[in-house]
Amino acid sequence: MIWNKEIECADRETIEAVQLIKLKKTVKHTYDNVKCYRDKMDEKGVKPEDIHSLEDIRKLPFITKEDIADNYPTGLFAVPMSDVVRVHSSSGTTGKPKIVGYTRNDIDAWGECVARGLAMAGADENDVVHVSYGYGLFTGGLGAHLGAETMGATAIPMSSGNTQKQLMFMKDLQSTVLCCTPSYALTLAEGLEKHGMTKDDLHLKSGLFGAEPWTQAMRDEIEKRLGIRAHDIYGLSEIMGPGVSTSCEYNEGMHIQEDYFYAEIIDPKTLEPVPDGEKGELVLTTLGKEGMPMIRYRTRDICYLMRDKCKCGRTTVRMSRVFGRSDDMLIIRGVNVFPSQVEVVIGEFDELTLNYKLIVGRENNTDTFQLQVEFAPGLAVEDIEFVENMRARVERALRDMLGIGCNVKFLNPGTLPRSEGKAVRIEDTRRL
Amino acid sequence: MIIKQVSIFVENETGRLYDLMQTLADEGVNLNAATIAETGEYGILRCIVQEPEKVVDILRAHNYSASLTEVIAVAIDNKPGGLNSVLKALAENDIAVKYIYSTIQDAKGEAAIMVKVSDSEKAVKILENAGVKLFSLADLA
Repeated sequence: MIWNKEIECADRETIEAVQLIKLKKTVKHTYDNVKCYRDKMDEKGVKPEDIHSLEDIRKLPFITKEDIADNYPTGLFAVPMSDVVRVHSSSGTTGKPKIVGYTRNDIDAWGECVARGLAMAGADENDVVHVSYGYGLFTGGLGAHLGAETMGATAIPMSSGNTQKQLMFMKDLQSTVLCCTPSYALTLAEGLEKHGMTKDDLHLKSGLFGAEPWTQAMRDEIEKRLGIRAHDIYGLSEIMGPGVSTSCEYNEGMHIQEDYFYAEIIDPKTLEPVPDGEKGELVLTTLGKEGMPMIRYRTRDICYLMRDKCKCGRTTVRMSRVFGRSDDMLIIRGVNVFPSQVEVVIGEFDELTLNYKLIVGRENNTDTFQLQVEFAPGLAVEDIEFVENMRARVERALRDMLGIGCNVKFLNPGTLPRSEGKAVRIEDTRRL
Repeated sequence: MIIKQVSIFVENETGRLYDLMQTLADEGVNLNAATIAETGEYGILRCIVQEPEKVVDILRAHNYSASLTEVIAVAIDNKPGGLNSVLKALAENDIAVKYIYSTIQDAKGEAAIMVKVSDSEKAVKILENAGVKLFSLADLA
C-alpha cells in the first residue's frame, strides 16, 4: 500500500514546487527566529528573499552538530517553549546531549512520515506494530509508535529488553510488524529457540530496522530466522527521528519523504555538491518544520542518491544505505576508505570474526594500511599455506572493495580488545 | 600407521609462544615432538601429543586456532644416510614430502622422524613394504 499516493507518486514538478514553497517559508522562519542561523546568513550576505529556486539552497550556510552543541540546550529552537509539545534528545558523542523540540505540527508530520514507512513494509490499519525500540528521549520508540497510531494500526509499546516477554506478547497479540534495531531483531530471533518457540509461532510479516549500521548478511539472517521481509528505516533526531526515509518492498534504497526533507549530497572536503549516484555526505534541510528547523544540516552520513523511478511506483528520491560516517572516513594514499566497507569484506569470510582493527601509518612518505582481524573461533588453521591462501583471498577482496591495497594480519580469536558499542577500531599514527 | 599432529596458529609476538606453552602445561599436555614453521608475522606450531583431539578442543577453548593434520612417524637408523632409505622409497612412489621434524627424544633408543607427506595412507603401505619401522602415537609418549 502507498500511504500518500498524491505526494509519494507525484511528478517531479509537483514535488519541486511543494519543496520550493516550503523551503522559502522555512528559511524565513529560521532567519527570523534563530539567532545562530541569522548570524550565519548575514555573514554570508544572503537573505531569505534570495531564495528563488531549489538550487538557490546552495547559497545558504550549513548547520553542523557543533552548532547544536554551541547552542545547548534550546538555542536553535525557532518557537517559544510554550509551542513545543515534546522534546527528544540524542547523546552527543562528546559533551552535551543534543536537545530537539517539536511543535504539534511537527509531531503530526513525523507521524505521517513513519506511517508512509510502515505502509512500505506492507502495513495498514489492521496490523499490530510491535515497537521494540527504546522509549524515552531516544526518538526510536516514540517515533515508530507515533507512525503506527497515525496509521490507525495497533501499537504495542514494548520498548527494548526482556526478550522472553517480547516474544510472549509477539505471539499472544499476533504482532505483524516489528520495529527495532537490526541487532535486537537478531537477539529476538535467537530468543525464539531459547524459549522453545519457532518463527511459525509468530505472525510477523515484516520489520522496520534502523538506528545502527547493518550489513546484507544481517538482513539475510533476520529475514530467514524470523521469516519476514526486512526494511531499512533511516532518521536522525536532529532532523526528526526515524522515518526520514524508508525502503520499500524492492529494497533498492530508502525513499526520502521529499515534501518534508530536501536532500543534497556534498563532498565532505570541498563542500561542493556531487552528482547523483556518487557517494558523499548527506545534507538535509527540513521543509516546514517549526520547532527546530534545520537548514543544510550536515548529517556526516555517507550515501548516494537515486532518482530513477522505483518499481513500487513511488517517485521520491531514494538514498542508498549509509556507508559510513564522514567523521570516520580515512584518506589513504588519496583514496577515501570507510571502516564499514572493510566490515562488508570481513563479513563475506566465514573464517573471520567482525572483530578487527585498522592501522594506518606512514613509511617513506607512503601510507601504510593494515587490517588486523581475528580468525573465527574453532577455525582449523592447518599450515602456512592455508594462512597465506586466506591472506591472498582477503587482500584481493579488500582491494576490489576499496581500490587500494591493504596488508592483512591474522590473529587468534579474542586477541583484540572487545568493547561495547563504538569500538576503537582505527589507529592512525600518521602525523600530517 | 597414521598419527594426528596438532597444528596451532601463533602470532609472532614476544610472549605468545610462552603463553601457549603455559596453557598446554596447565592442562597437563606433554609435547612428544614439536617444530615451528614461521613467517615474520606468525608461526604454526606443529606438535605430537597424546589425545590430539582433546588437545585441539582445549586449545580452541583457550581461543587458539588449532587443527589436526595427518603425519607418519618413521624409525630411522641413527647413521649417515639413515633418512635417505625413507625418502627414496617415497620419491620412487611419487609421494611428496611436505616437511619433516624429529621427536624431542628418541623413542626407545631409536630416532623417530615425523614426516608430512602428500598421501599418508599410500606412504604407510610403501614404507611398511620397504621394511621401515613406523611408530604409533603411544610409542612416542
